[in-house]
Amino acid sequence: MAISPPRNRLWWNEPIERVEIGWIVVAFLWGLFMFFFMIAWHFIGGQNLSTETYRIKPPAYEEKVVAFAEKYQVAEEDGTPVVRPPAGEDVYLLARLWEWWPLLELKKGQSYRIHLSSLDWQHGFSLQPVNINISVHPGYEQIITLTPTQAGEFGIACNEYCGIGHHMMTGRIRVVE
Amino acid sequence: MAAIDAPYPGSAAAAAIFRTCRFTGLKVDIAAQRLIMANAVAAVVFLAVGGVMGLLVALTRWPAVHLLPSEWFYLVLTGHGANVLLFWIIFFEIAILYFASAVLLGSRIATPKIAWAAFVLMLVGAVMTNVAVFQGDSSVMFTSYPPMQASPHFYLGLIIFAVGALIGVGIFFGTLVIAHGEHTYEGSIPLVTFGALTAAIIAVFTLASGAIILIPTYLWSLGLITEIDPLMYKVVWWGMGHSSQQINVAAHVSVWYAIGALTIGAKPLSEKVSRSAFLLYILFLQLASAHHLLADPGMSATWKIVNTSYLMYLAVLGSLIHGLTVPGALEAAQRRNGYTKGAFEWLRKAPWGNPAFAGMFLSLVMFGFIGGISGVVLGTEQLNLLMHNTIYVPGHFHGTVVAGTTLAFMAMTYYVLPLIFQRDVIWPKLARWQPYLFGIGAAGISLFMMGAGTLGIPRRHWDITLTDAMHPFDLPSGGFLMMGLNGLSAVIAAAGGILYIVITVGTVLWGKRLDKGDAPLNFPLHKQAATVAEYGSHTTVKLPGTIILVSIFFLSFVLYYFVNWKYLSEIWLLR
Repeated sequence: MAISPPRNRLWWNEPIERVEIGWIVVAFLWGLFMFFFMIAWHFIGGQNLSTETYRIKPPAYEEKVVAFAEKYQVAEEDGTPVVRPPAGEDVYLLARLWEWWPLLELKKGQSYRIHLSSLDWQHGFSLQPVNINISVHPGYEQIITLTPTQAGEFGIACNEYCGIGHHMMTGRIRVVE
Repeated sequence: MAAIDAPYPGSAAAAAIFRTCRFTGLKVDIAAQRLIMANAVAAVVFLAVGGVMGLLVALTRWPAVHLLPSEWFYLVLTGHGANVLLFWIIFFEIAILYFASAVLLGSRIATPKIAWAAFVLMLVGAVMTNVAVFQGDSSVMFTSYPPMQASPHFYLGLIIFAVGALIGVGIFFGTLVIAHGEHTYEGSIPLVTFGALTAAIIAVFTLASGAIILIPTYLWSLGLITEIDPLMYKVVWWGMGHSSQQINVAAHVSVWYAIGALTIGAKPLSEKVSRSAFLLYILFLQLASAHHLLADPGMSATWKIVNTSYLMYLAVLGSLIHGLTVPGALEAAQRRNGYTKGAFEWLRKAPWGNPAFAGMFLSLVMFGFIGGISGVVLGTEQLNLLMHNTIYVPGHFHGTVVAGTTLAFMAMTYYVLPLIFQRDVIWPKLARWQPYLFGIGAAGISLFMMGAGTLGIPRRHWDITLTDAMHPFDLPSGGFLMMGLNGLSAVIAAAGGILYIVITVGTVLWGKRLDKGDAPLNFPLHKQAATVAEYGSHTTVKLPGTIILVSIFFLSFVLYYFVNWKYLSEIWLLR
């Protein structure tokens, strides 16, 4: 049994069951498939997370976001600016205790370079109900190119625990036709 | 040469006292037995504490109940992670390591005094971290990501615990050396010991990663270091956090083999295959840190793909192999025991009334179907975007460490009690139901959290109604339903957990003593369990039942994998 030493000291030379060999081959090939499918999706798929990242000091990032919001602000909701950047433009979103700032208004079918960074702790960008989830770190500015494919109101929750106000941290993206 | 091997008077070898187990014929070192008992008792205590916390968490996340206020919720959630994921599991694993070395090899344990020191260190560390959590200023979650900061003794407790555990692992290696040097066994170490060795080797890597990151973090909390880079922290911390789950996998797979042997006399189909599968764990499991960085900035896609797949899924291959060889060994043994009709008589007539067997088999099935499949899907570079940090993640790891590891360890307890504590399990009728109750509950919490996560419900979140938020919005109502069902399942799992604690503690205190007389066990061992000499790879048999089970598993895996790609292809475009 498995709790005592093998009786045959040369167990390495024992033949392997055919069913075991068969399964090992199937499982190995499936593993290879899954490995290469991740690579293939970078070429055939429309959803790949960009890895373009820069180091930045939080105050410097805050300056960029404030300048962006002032330039393209169109309204104010709940005391937060609503910003409508032109299509293809760089869009800055910041995470801090406990809000996603500012609110964004994007156009369906247009691509935007969205910059993400945090001013304080780690946060989790969770766009709902689309269900895109990205980690946001302080000191790192990540840039993803996002193309909304649906119009409507979308919420951003925080799904990285960030202290006692974590469950109050939200933001909004409105997508217009 | 023989004279050199013989213990000289006054040596540690001569001082060790042994007893012979009347059920298995194994020679048991009394010092090892006491250490196993102490570590197992500590494990169960921390399971009880962490389990209660888990129930409180689930009841708070049940929208209709919403039990705890937010401060308490985050505090209890931090404590839940530390107590069950670290303290319960690692104490039990140290007990398994001592069992798999000293007891299975019939050897004395290396340096029992130092082993006791290790135990005390682990206990002090675990208590210190719990104190820090209950003081209320260390609600930083199990992961304690900087720049969020806990009290210094939160980190110090974890460091002391890890040092103790590392010494325990060293005792295991030392015992292997002694057993080899004193020729307490012939040939190769048993498969279960080999699995435990796998767990121990991974543990060294894991605990070292923990030390590398927690020591500077501790110094940072004291103000001696100005900054901990959050991304660097995540890479190294998960070298401990995820790899330590691979200790669990190696340990609970060993437990599956051990229980198969004890309950129905199962032998591995082939020593070579089963051991190679363990070897794959040692070689590739440590890359898993990447699973937590797939949705993070800074890492290249190449790094993510190579690491998250354990270099082309070679460690997953190890688990897939065990997924066939464990049920295959069970089927082969049952056919040898006379259950040869059809494809499934061996399974129908298995000892389902023996909680060790039932717990082991449920753990095997649920670890594969729930924890395993969801783990691979979650760990796929692009699919991770759909679920990263949603409550799908806890759904996945409750499938691995609760339905898988914890249930397997509970099952093993039904033999630790009679064979090590020498007390017969009390209330056998209740014990019979325990693994089913806990197993159904554990399956429920895993599946419903996965369902809620697929709908976008965030993890570690006190209020998914977002009532107090500045810009409130509605999360899907299906997610609320799932969280309610998760709460119900947690109540069932808690009932199974309480039953386990009551039976275990009751048996240790009041169980019928087995060291005197010749009373039989409530849950008897397989008759071949005593004939330890007759052992080797199982000879050729047909295994139709196992082939059908593995085929169903593989189809579910492939189907679920592609369903998620379909789902991904429908979200916004991202590059």
